[in-house]
Amino acid sequence: MPDSPVMAHKTDASSESADHSHGQHPPYLRHHFESVEQQADATNFAMWLFLLTEIMFFGGLFTAYLIYRNWYYPAFVAGSHQLNVIWGTTNTVVLILSSFTMAMGVWCAETQRRKGLVLCLILTFILGLGFLGIKTIEYSEKIEKHHVPGFHYSLQSFVDPASDPEIFKEYHDKPLRADMARHTEVYFSLYFLMTGMHALHMIIGICILGFMIFRARAGAYTSGHVTFVENFGLYWHFVDIIWIYLFALLYLISRHQ
Amino acid sequence: MSEPNEQAHNGHQVVGPAVYVAILFSLLVGTGLTVWASFLELGPWNPIIALAIATTKAMLVVLFFMHVKYSTKLTKLTVFAGIFMFLVLISMTLSDYISRAWGSW
Repeated sequence: MPDSPVMAHKTDASSESADHSHGQHPPYLRHHFESVEQQADATNFAMWLFLLTEIMFFGGLFTAYLIYRNWYYPAFVAGSHQLNVIWGTTNTVVLILSSFTMAMGVWCAETQRRKGLVLCLILTFILGLGFLGIKTIEYSEKIEKHHVPGFHYSLQSFVDPASDPEIFKEYHDKPLRADMARHTEVYFSLYFLMTGMHALHMIIGICILGFMIFRARAGAYTSGHVTFVENFGLYWHFVDIIWIYLFALLYLISRHQ
Repeated sequence: MSEPNEQAHNGHQVVGPAVYVAILFSLLVGTGLTVWASFLELGPWNPIIALAIATTKAMLVVLFFMHVKYSTKLTKLTVFAGIFMFLVLISMTLSDYISRAWGSW
């Protein structure tokens, strides 16, 4: 039925899209948006909604940590004394620096500096790997001392603190009774869960950064379309904020008592 | 160097390096302060100070690195609503745990 109005309409539409040359608007403006500005606002809004779900996700872990810390307070204090504040501080500084280089990367993309953007992304990538490297050192200390929850978990450092001279000379912890010492396993479960989920976010971020470095070298983000870099920046800063709280809660608040 | 209120092509404000350097510096000072405070014996104030400094640092990151200060009202409302909701959830959960079975945990 070549004469049917439906067919005629279809033909019109397809010839129109063939003619459509993207001459009237930038090629990155999707057709369901009125303007580039509307597209940027909508994407930014969506990214924030995703980050809110992430706040709720980590929020659950933080709440569990606070409740168990109240329940098994002596065990949590003794557990946190096993963490090395110097490594923790170094990692905080590394992550803050990586947030700064990422923010500078967003600025480079916005002002269309291709080389600057590539440099910033590479620095962010390296600092991210540095963070994970330091985390690996900390984790391996826990593995050596059998402080990873599970069958091989050891209560030695908690029922007999003097047997762990490095920690003992700094804190002079009193021995915990065996039933309370058992609950240090809860502390380390939450420690590995929270820092592990954070590290997973870092690993995902570093993978995306690798992809972005590749694309940025080809000039993908320095021709006016910066949404991807901007939204990745939001993700990276969010991961930084989670670490700021993890550092305070896991490393800092139980040093006395 | 571009000014913080420079307009990009799509009408969004571009935040410049000067602001980022200032925030980086404040965050590093905050980190130093919070580590220093953790070495002092302040009793119940230790966690309060640590969390207050962490929250200040987080606010600096959200407002400047994450551009919320320069964002649309919709973004500001979204961020505020999310944090507010989180605070409602955490404070109601904790107040439940703190107020039941006094002293038996």
